Amino acid sequence: MRLYDGGKIIAGLVIFIGLLTFPIWWNHGGEKSIPNPEKPKNGSTECVKDVEYMRTTHMKLLNDWRDEVVRDGERKDLVIQGLTYEKSLQNGCMKCHASKKKFCDECHDFTAVKPYCWDCHIQPEETT
Amino acid sequence: MDVKRRKFLKIAGLSAIAGVGAPSALNMLFKGEVQASGGHAQEPAHGAAVQSGKRYGMVIDVKKFDEHPALVQKCIDACNSTHNVPQFPNPKDEIKWIWKETYEHAFPEHSHYKKNDKIHDLPFLILCNHCDDPPCVRVCPTKATFKNKDGIVMMDYHRCIGCRFCMAACPYGARSFNWRDPRGKDEHENPFIKKTNPEFPTRMRGVVEKCNFCAKRLKMGLQPACVEVCAEQKAMIFGDMNDKNSEISKVLREKFTIQRKPTVGSNPSVFYII
Repeated sequence: MRLYDGGKIIAGLVIFIGLLTFPIWWNHGGEKSIPNPEKPKNGSTECVKDVEYMRTTHMKLLNDWRDEVVRDGERKDLVIQGLTYEKSLQNGCMKCHASKKKFCDECHDFTAVKPYCWDCHIQPEETT
Repeated sequence: MDVKRRKFLKIAGLSAIAGVGAPSALNMLFKGEVQASGGHAQEPAHGAAVQSGKRYGMVIDVKKFDEHPALVQKCIDACNSTHNVPQFPNPKDEIKWIWKETYEHAFPEHSHYKKNDKIHDLPFLILCNHCDDPPCVRVCPTKATFKNKDGIVMMDYHRCIGCRFCMAACPYGARSFNWRDPRGKDEHENPFIKKTNPEFPTRMRGVVEKCNFCAKRLKMGLQPACVEVCAEQKAMIFGDMNDKNSEISKVLREKFTIQRKPTVGSNPSVFYII
């Protein structure tokens, strides 16, 4: 068997495979550290829902809160296990999770999602 | 197989009719069943808010503002700082929640042959009228603006796509579009929002914004920010107009008030005493 124009074909294949695997080797060795969640610095250990739910479904919870507060005017604070929470990202969540960098960005960067919350909502001042 | 051309055409025609007709026939049958079992229960109109029975309104006593001219700016500043309203240097970019206007601009429909000279100098505070039949809500393609159950015309900035239909529809010019990023800075590095209120969000470039009758403050049991700062002079009266015993109802019964552009038929909730 003879491979006609072997040089061109093999060079072409190498370029093709290189392009195909571009995302893999482009991101390889990047400084993408695996998120390392921590409890909030103010010592609170409880949240409005359990950790598992919050990790997977916090975006839905926030959307539901938004609709309840803005659309239906249900702005009453939530009382869960004796603790009061304001139904608000800016004035609720961030009161405990005081660092956007740690609490939001670490995972969002890792999973490459870019929510637009902070285009309007005001993030707490980073203390560290 | 030996099929005559004539026979083939017959079969093909019949199957075509059956193929097209059968689904719709079945559909009709099933629909008929559903209707028979489900009756004619009417769904509530899409998007219609459940009414709380409240209708918030405001009376602005222009005489009081004439007596205390400093109050005008105080009200405007109170609103701007509460809601992070940006101050753009170019008047074409201006964002207005509550602002000062002359009589001619506020009430263009009122014709006078000879009118009191004084009236031209009166400071009229203008804000969203929170109409009972708001034209802006009717035109919004995303339901970003809507009337809530307390009669307040609200905006959900998450949904606003910046089409500006509402600005075209509003007969009162009460809506402003963010042509620029409100969080930006001017050429002298001064931020457009002088001092940010950390309790309230800003807006982003490309959305429309307007007065929200301080919906959040109302739920906290407070009066709107502008009403609060002129409470001493009672220059603005705010309350539920559906409550017969509220102060605003009393004032509306006792005093002669006018609304802006009543012929538009939008039924504003802001009234002026001149």
